Amino acid sequence: MKRFSKAFIIVVSLSVGIVLMSFVIDNEVSTNKNFAIKDSVTSVKAFHEVYKVLLSPRCMNCHPSGDIPLQGDDSHAHAMLPKRGVDGKGVYAMKCGNCHQSANTEGSGRPPGAPNWHLPPANMKMVFQGKSEHDLAKQIANPKTNGNKNLKQLIAHAEDGLVKWGWEPGEGRTLPPLTYDEFKKAWNTWLENGAYAPSGK
Amino acid sequence: MITLTVNNKKINVDVDPDTPLLWVLREHLDLMGVKYGCGVAQCGACVVHLNGEAVRSCVTKISRAANQQVVTIEGLSEEGDHPVQKAWVELDVVQCGYCQAGQIMSAAVLLKENKNPTDADIDAAMAGNICRCGTYVRVRQAIKRAAEIQRNAK
Repeated sequence: MKRFSKAFIIVVSLSVGIVLMSFVIDNEVSTNKNFAIKDSVTSVKAFHEVYKVLLSPRCMNCHPSGDIPLQGDDSHAHAMLPKRGVDGKGVYAMKCGNCHQSANTEGSGRPPGAPNWHLPPANMKMVFQGKSEHDLAKQIANPKTNGNKNLKQLIAHAEDGLVKWGWEPGEGRTLPPLTYDEFKKAWNTWLENGAYAPSGK
Repeated sequence: MITLTVNNKKINVDVDPDTPLLWVLREHLDLMGVKYGCGVAQCGACVVHLNGEAVRSCVTKISRAANQQVVTIEGLSEEGDHPVQKAWVELDVVQCGYCQAGQIMSAAVLLKENKNPTDADIDAAMAGNICRCGTYVRVRQAIKRAAEIQRNAK
């Protein structure tokens, strides 16, 4: 009986080890070295929730695959086709801040607003549109592709005014699928447990 | 009371801070060059310069302009001789004229930031200024001519 228990423990331990290793082997290693705690199962599970928010129109519309922002719940190309520009704030007479104020302009169909309204800059576009869970998690965890943010800065990013605007988008715009608190909890859980990427397979 | 500088003059206006800059310019300061088009930042007829940027005054609250510099078409140049205005006259760009103040103010920002704009630059800069008369071809020609005038003046 004692021998059986020992064998059972060894088998279970090996199985758990193999499962955990499979996350590592399957390209799921965080590229950010700042993460002290490693719990890939918890981390990946949290990212599934985070991903739903990141691909909602309120987040994705300003992380387009091209250089024109998206708008609306159907994420169509922004009317007037404003361009990203070098700093992500538009070009010439078509800068974001020319129409987008520091707060939403009241009324349906009027420009939404928050302080520092912008897209990611041209040298680090931080695209969400069209990204798989695996690719987006890796992109966000890596300072070379996430705007040079370390763990602390990534966690703080959930407090950014432009991020929080997603939950106060003004009339006629749907909210992300999670509440802000749910998102923040999932975001922090994902990051604090190693910022693992779900399997790319 | 809100204080701002409009066309190099310091102005005090006693209005609600949420009042659109457009209405302060037109109704309180009698600057009728700036036009009301759509009221939702879609057409560009209300473009004025706020600290050198081509803002849409219909959605810009006066509180944003407090203690800032505003320039309207009336103040773009002293004698109506800004390179863009000269080119506009030379090429007879205007048809009905309603959108043209906004077009000129947007073009002025483009030429301030890009001395030799390509067609693509012009399209990118002017995409937010709508003209029902369809003067787009002449607008583009005039911006190129204005760039020449600007370069030759130096």
